[in-house]
Amino acid sequence: MNSSQLLGITTFAYLFSAMLYIAIFVFRAKKLGLFATLVTVAAFLINTAGIGLRWQESYQAGIGYAPLSNMYESLVFFAWAIAIFYLGLEWKHKNRVLGAFSMPFAFLSMAYASFSPKFGKEIKPLIPALQSNWLIAHVITCFVGYAAFAVACGMGIMYLIKDRKTNAAPESLLASLPELKVIDDIIHKTLVFGFLWLSAGIITGAVWANSAWGTYWSWDPKETWSLITWFVYAATLHARFTRGWGGRRIAWLAVLGFISVIFTYYGVNFLLSGLHSYGGN
Amino acid sequence: MKKTDNMVWRSFASVRLALFTLLILATTSIIGTLIPQKNPPEFYIENFGQRTAQFFQMLDVPDMYNSWWFITLLLLFSINLIVCTIDRLPNVWQMVVMNNLDTDPERLEKMPHRQVFHARGDAAALADTAATLLARNGWKAQTANKPGGPLLFSQKNAWSRLGVYAVHLSILVIFAGAIVGSTLGFKAGIMLPEGRETDTVYETGTGKPLPLGFTLRCDNFNVSFYADGATPKEFRSDLSVLENGKVTIDKRPIIVNDPLNYKGITFYQSSYEPMQGFNVVITNKTTKTRQTFQIPFGQKISWTEGGIDFGVINQEVRSRMGDVNRLKVWFFDGQGEPSIFWMDNNATQTVSRPTAAYEFEASQVYATGLQVAKDPGVWTVYAGCLLMLIGLYVAFFLSHRRIWVYIAREEAADRCRILVCGATSKNKIAFEKEFTALVDSFTHDSTFQNA
Repeated sequence: MNSSQLLGITTFAYLFSAMLYIAIFVFRAKKLGLFATLVTVAAFLINTAGIGLRWQESYQAGIGYAPLSNMYESLVFFAWAIAIFYLGLEWKHKNRVLGAFSMPFAFLSMAYASFSPKFGKEIKPLIPALQSNWLIAHVITCFVGYAAFAVACGMGIMYLIKDRKTNAAPESLLASLPELKVIDDIIHKTLVFGFLWLSAGIITGAVWANSAWGTYWSWDPKETWSLITWFVYAATLHARFTRGWGGRRIAWLAVLGFISVIFTYYGVNFLLSGLHSYGGN
Repeated sequence: MKKTDNMVWRSFASVRLALFTLLILATTSIIGTLIPQKNPPEFYIENFGQRTAQFFQMLDVPDMYNSWWFITLLLLFSINLIVCTIDRLPNVWQMVVMNNLDTDPERLEKMPHRQVFHARGDAAALADTAATLLARNGWKAQTANKPGGPLLFSQKNAWSRLGVYAVHLSILVIFAGAIVGSTLGFKAGIMLPEGRETDTVYETGTGKPLPLGFTLRCDNFNVSFYADGATPKEFRSDLSVLENGKVTIDKRPIIVNDPLNYKGITFYQSSYEPMQGFNVVITNKTTKTRQTFQIPFGQKISWTEGGIDFGVINQEVRSRMGDVNRLKVWFFDGQGEPSIFWMDNNATQTVSRPTAAYEFEASQVYATGLQVAKDPGVWTVYAGCLLMLIGLYVAFFLSHRRIWVYIAREEAADRCRILVCGATSKNKIAFEKEFTALVDSFTHDSTFQNA
């Protein structure tokens, strides 16, 4: 058994998990609930083992680095972070319909990592710039934040779907979704959590850049886009805290913010050029 | 005119302006990620045409993050932060330090979380019981005697109301650090061949020479590669610092991510350049004599005392940069045929001659590329970053929670009415749980009866 096999299994396990949650939502198959959770926990554990094994393999290959250093590895970690964030959310809210709007993100991230021909999956030695403990701190803080924003986006979509027909009959599909007030609260708390981690991610990146290049901020496209994302969420939180925005508007902003996250993460690497280009392969 | 009535003040203090600047900063920042920054003017003419390039130059688009209008936006953002803080902080500060025992009992009846009990007995004794129950739930209470009866109050994390202002302040601290760095510091670079020294570096962008105030020497540079032969594993320079002819730092190795700091100036390993030449060490194993040379490629060199002529006559290059993989050496001590051999770069070759054996050590000469930075503001920036994280945590996850217990003697009956009430600055759901737990312990105490 090697890490690629484990991570391959992870992809399908997340697919299965996402499908179960969607079935729970669409067919109101509440009986599947516990099973869906168990599958998700198992998928998460396989994902964890895959990352751990890859770490060990890199040592066996004589390179030895935390598997967080390229696009493939970051996507795998992104899926991992989404899964654990969602499991925490499910545990807290005791509502499995949330999974139908969260776990697809974990699956998509793994699927993209596994099937896209764009980036290599082999363990490659680290270039000197990446040989730093700040790498671990930077990637973990960023991706915990990104995972929260992915879930916030899912909750935003959920809100917008439910809100389209507020007067749905009690037995309708949408009635199984949490109350709008509850979704709104989840979105808000998730955004707040993500914002703290995004800030930490930008800061660890700046400290690392300073120790490697002597400049903590150089307006490189990656830095700039992370700041743009930070501005978007900062504006969202201010609109909510002080102007009392909520509901649809915040739901839309959660979606918009996540588009900015995706561009920061993915768009910058493949559409723009800059210091961060090693993330692209 | 009171400041609260001033239109200009009001608009600078408004969240509306904050939202506006945040969104304008976000959207304008995109421009510089789409249009490459800090290229020479010809670049823009070539890629965007004469007229667009002219338009760009007019608006400083090629260096937009330092342009007057972007700096103005950041300034607007800062003024907004300052004015908003001056405007709101006094009231919030009032909330933090206020004496909650002064609260009018009338207002307590309107608190968001309340529960009323009744109890027989002396009000002062009931106050003691209530204080014990509060303490058991983690609420340390103070007491005051109101005309109607004793009032107990307890609070947690009053100072957490300041969290959001700590975040605002942190942004200003970061800006201050950045201004200090850009006015009193510099960014520069230098390409320093092995064995050479410099007391000047050249400013990034302008190329202006900047004196260091001391001398920096590169003793040695090495690049190592992974087994694949193409991915660099480590760039390492050994740097020495000389001041007034005295060596103050002796051959300190630096690698990427581990720079050398001397008197506030930091030297970062950033690149390297292979040069056309070699460091050569020849040792006569018989006489134990030894000599070091730095020689150019393709020239005959003489070691007169050793009676040797030698030179590098060919080389095999690994990369387009000109890293030498192997070199071909011509070696002659005047006896018989000269020795001609290929050897690896960075290696030692034994040369056997009729009357003596030699060790020939050769490594290509490199120049190390250093980035040089002086930034006296960086610790201010880091302090701002730390303050921001602490402030965000406090602002988001801690709340100011307050509990009052008011024990009022009822005139008609021989009993007291006990009002337990509370309020929180945020996170109502968590507070509700805490409040319910407190109310439950009152309910379970035989002294009190639910109203």
